[in-house]
Amino acid sequence: MPGTATFRIWRGDAAGGRFEDYSTGVSEGMVVLDAVHQIQAEQANDLAVRWNCKAGKCGSCSAEINGQPRLMCMTRLNQIDLTAPVTVEPMRAFPPIRDLVTDVSWNFRVKKTIAPFRPRRPDAPDGTWRMKQKDAERVQEFRKCIECFLCQDVCHVLREHHLFDQFIGPRFLTYAAALEMHPLDVEHRARDLKRSHGIGYCNITKCCTKVCPEGIHITDNAIIPLKERVVDELYDPTVKLLRFFRRGNDRA
Amino acid sequence: MPEYETHQYDVLIIGAGGAGLRAAIEAASAGVSVGLVCKSLLGKAHTVMAEGGIAATLANADDRDNWKVHFADTMRGGQYVNNWRMAELHAREAPDRVRELEAWGAVFDRTPDGRILQRNFGGHRYPRLAHVGDRTGLELIRTLQDHAIQLDIAVHMECTVIALLKDGERVSGAFAYGRDRGRFHLFQAKAIVLATGGVGRAYRITSNSWEGTGDGHALAYEAGADLMDMEFVQFHPTGMVWPPSVRGILVTEGVRGEGGVLRNSEGRRFMFDDIPELYRSQTADDEEEGFRYTQGDKNARRPPELLTRDHVARCIRREVKAGRGSPHGGVFLDISWIKSRIPNGEEHIRRKLPSMYHQFKQLADIDITREPMEVGPTTHYIMGGIRVDADTQMSTVPGLFAAGECAAGINGANRLGGNSLSDLLVFGRRAGEHAAAFARNNGSPAIDRRQLDEAARVALEPFDRGGAPEGPFQVQHALQDLMQDKVGIVRTAEDMESALGELGGLRERARRVGVAGHREFNTGWHAALDLRNLLTVSEAIARSALERRESRGGHFREDFPAKDPSYAGFNIVVRRNGEGGMVVERAPLPQMPAELRAIIEEMK
Repeated sequence: MPGTATFRIWRGDAAGGRFEDYSTGVSEGMVVLDAVHQIQAEQANDLAVRWNCKAGKCGSCSAEINGQPRLMCMTRLNQIDLTAPVTVEPMRAFPPIRDLVTDVSWNFRVKKTIAPFRPRRPDAPDGTWRMKQKDAERVQEFRKCIECFLCQDVCHVLREHHLFDQFIGPRFLTYAAALEMHPLDVEHRARDLKRSHGIGYCNITKCCTKVCPEGIHITDNAIIPLKERVVDELYDPTVKLLRFFRRGNDRA
Repeated sequence: MPEYETHQYDVLIIGAGGAGLRAAIEAASAGVSVGLVCKSLLGKAHTVMAEGGIAATLANADDRDNWKVHFADTMRGGQYVNNWRMAELHAREAPDRVRELEAWGAVFDRTPDGRILQRNFGGHRYPRLAHVGDRTGLELIRTLQDHAIQLDIAVHMECTVIALLKDGERVSGAFAYGRDRGRFHLFQAKAIVLATGGVGRAYRITSNSWEGTGDGHALAYEAGADLMDMEFVQFHPTGMVWPPSVRGILVTEGVRGEGGVLRNSEGRRFMFDDIPELYRSQTADDEEEGFRYTQGDKNARRPPELLTRDHVARCIRREVKAGRGSPHGGVFLDISWIKSRIPNGEEHIRRKLPSMYHQFKQLADIDITREPMEVGPTTHYIMGGIRVDADTQMSTVPGLFAAGECAAGINGANRLGGNSLSDLLVFGRRAGEHAAAFARNNGSPAIDRRQLDEAARVALEPFDRGGAPEGPFQVQHALQDLMQDKVGIVRTAEDMESALGELGGLRERARRVGVAGHREFNTGWHAALDLRNLLTVSEAIARSALERRESRGGHFREDFPAKDPSYAGFNIVVRRNGEGGMVVERAPLPQMPAELRAIIEEMK
C-alpha cells in the first residue's frame, strides 16, 4: 500500500462549504484519522476535527467516509479503495460547526428528558443488590454504547424528516432500553416513549444497527422489545380496564 | 476594553473525567452552584480508556481482603513515598464509592451468587478489581455522567481553560476559550477543582489522547501551587506496537490478569528471570502455580507478569534491547494459550476481553484467541501532580483543589492498576465536598481585569504571527521526541541536562509559532496554546528526575540503578519563583502513625 492517496475533505461551516483535495503519504496500518491528522499537521493546521482515544472507545471521530457513517479511527485504509479520492465529510444529520465538526448538542439535551435510573430497594441488609450475570449481560450490551451518534446520523426519521422535536432516535431508545431492562430499575417509561419520545416513528429499517461500531443489536434487542413493552403497558385491554377502574377509585 | 462572556459559580470544576464528574456531583449535592468545564464533549474524557477495573476491597471474590491489605499493597507499589494518609483514605473509602456507583445504575460483572465480581491485577494481593469486561472506564464515566446531568450542574463542553485568576493569595476564577467559536469566557468562582488528568502528550509513545497536555499541572504551577513527585511517570508495560499508527494504545493488564503470559522471541517467559526482593514471597514459583492464581486458586501466588508496571515495563525494554524482541520492537503477550487449559477458551477470551479482541482484530488484523499480540511500554500515567492536603484535596493555593491524576500523593513512585479509578472516585468526592465547604465559608473574590486582558493578549499572539514558518504540531512533535528519548523509561543525568537545554530552545520556537485561519474550532490554535503547558510539565519532570539520584518505581536512573534509602524520606517539589524560574525542593514525608506502620510490617 505505501504511496500517496487523495482525501477529499469537506471544508466549511454553517454558511456552507466545499470539498478540497489533499494528497498525503499513506503507509501500512493507517486509519482515516491518521491521514486527516497528517494533513492537519502538514497542510491545513486549522482543519477542524474531533477525536480523543483513537481506539474506538470514546466515539468522538464520527464522520462519513465515502458516504458511509464510520469512526475515522477504526477505518483502516486497506479497507477502502485508494485509487479514487476518499471523501471525508461531517455527519450530515447534524448542523455543521466547522469542517468535520458538527453540533451534536441536541443529543445531550434529549438525554436529560429520559426518566433516570431508579433502583428497587437493596436486596441485602448491607445496602447492596444481587443480580445474575445473565441479567446483567442483557443491558451490558446497550451500555457498551460509546455515544458516537452514528446511529442518529443514519436514521431517516432524523436525517431526512428532521423530527428532532418528536423523536429521540436510536441512541436514546437504546438508552431507554438499558434503563427499562436494568435488573434493578423500577421506573416506568412506556408513556414517555410513546408520547414525547416518538418510538412509533421507528419503522425498524435497521440502518442504525448496521452502522453501530460497537455491534449493538439496536433494533432487535433494544427497540423492538421497547415497542412491545409500550404495547403491553398502554394497549393491553385488560390493563386498560384495570387502569380505568383504578382511576375511578382514585376519584372516589 | 473587550467584554468576555461571564459565568459565576460557587465551585468551578475543570475537567469532566471521573474525578471532575464525581467532584461536581458532590458539590452540587452540597447545595452550592456548580460549573463544569471540559475540553471535549461530555463523556469523552480519557477515563473511558480505563479497562481493567476499580480497586476496592469489597471482598466478594476473596473474603480475606480488607482495607488494610489494600493500604499495604498501595504503599508497597508506591515504594513507600506515597502520602500515607491518602493511601489510607483511599483504601478505606473505595468500597463505598463502588457500591454507590451501583446505586446510580452501573452494571458490573457478577459473582455466581449475584454480587459484584472482582478480578486479579498487578500488585494487588487478592482479586480486587470490580469490572465490566474490559470497558470499566466507560461504565464509570457513563454512570457518573448520567447521574450528573440530572443534578443542577452547568456544563460547558469543548471549553479550554488557559489561565487561573487570583485575588491576592486566593484563586478567584478561570479564563477560558470555547472551541466552537473561539470566544473567551470568564468564570468567577469561590473555589476551583482541577481534574484535568495527565501529561502523556509530552511523550511520543503514549496511551493518552490529545487532551493529556498537563493543563491542570501547568495552570496550578503558574498560579503558584506546588507540584510534587513529577519524576514519577508510569510507562505501562503493554501498549500496542504495531501498526505504527496505533503505537502506544493501551492493552489492558486484564489480559495478564486472565492468564496472558509474556514471552520473548525465544519463547521464554522472561518475567520469571527477574523477581524483585520486595515481591519474591508473593510470586509464583512456576508457570503452573501462576496459572492457578489467575483462575482463582486462593492457595496459589501470582505469576510474575502481574508484578508492578514499572518492573514489567523495564523487563520488556531489557528483552528488546538484548535483541530478543518481537518483529516490531516489542515482546509477545499471549492469551490464546489458555485454550489448552479452559473449555470453550475462545469464547471465554472474547467474553472476558471483548474490547481487546475488537481492537486487535480491527486495527492490527490479529485474532487474540489464536495468536499472540505484540506489546511494548507506553507512557500512560503520571503519579506526580499538584500537591494537596490529603483530607481536603486543597492545593497550596487557597481555594484551589485538585483530584484524580493531576493531583499527587496517593500513588507514590508507582501506581497499581485499578487504583486510578478508585482514586478519582474517592478524592473526586472529597475535593467536591471540601470545595463546596470552602465556597460556603468564603465570600466572592475580586476579579482583576489586567490578568484577563493579559491572558487574552497572550492567547491571541499566534494569530498575529499568521501562518508563520513554525507550526504548532512541529514543535509538539519535537518536544515529544525529546522527552521520549531523554527523559523516558531509562534516564541519565547527561541526557536530562541536555534535555533541559533543548527545552529552552523549544520554548523559543513555541514563542514563534503562528497559526492561520479563524478562531472557530481552529485545532492549530488549540495545539499552540497547549504547548505552554507541555513545556512546563516537561521541565518539571526533567528537573525532578535530575534531583532524584536513585531508581524507584516509575523513575529509573541508569547512572543510579539502585534504590537509595536516603531518598525514601522525602518527595521532590517544584514551584515557580518570583522571577518565573522553577525551584526544586525536597519535602520531608509526613511521619506515619504507628498503627499504619504496623499494618505495613504485618503484610510484608
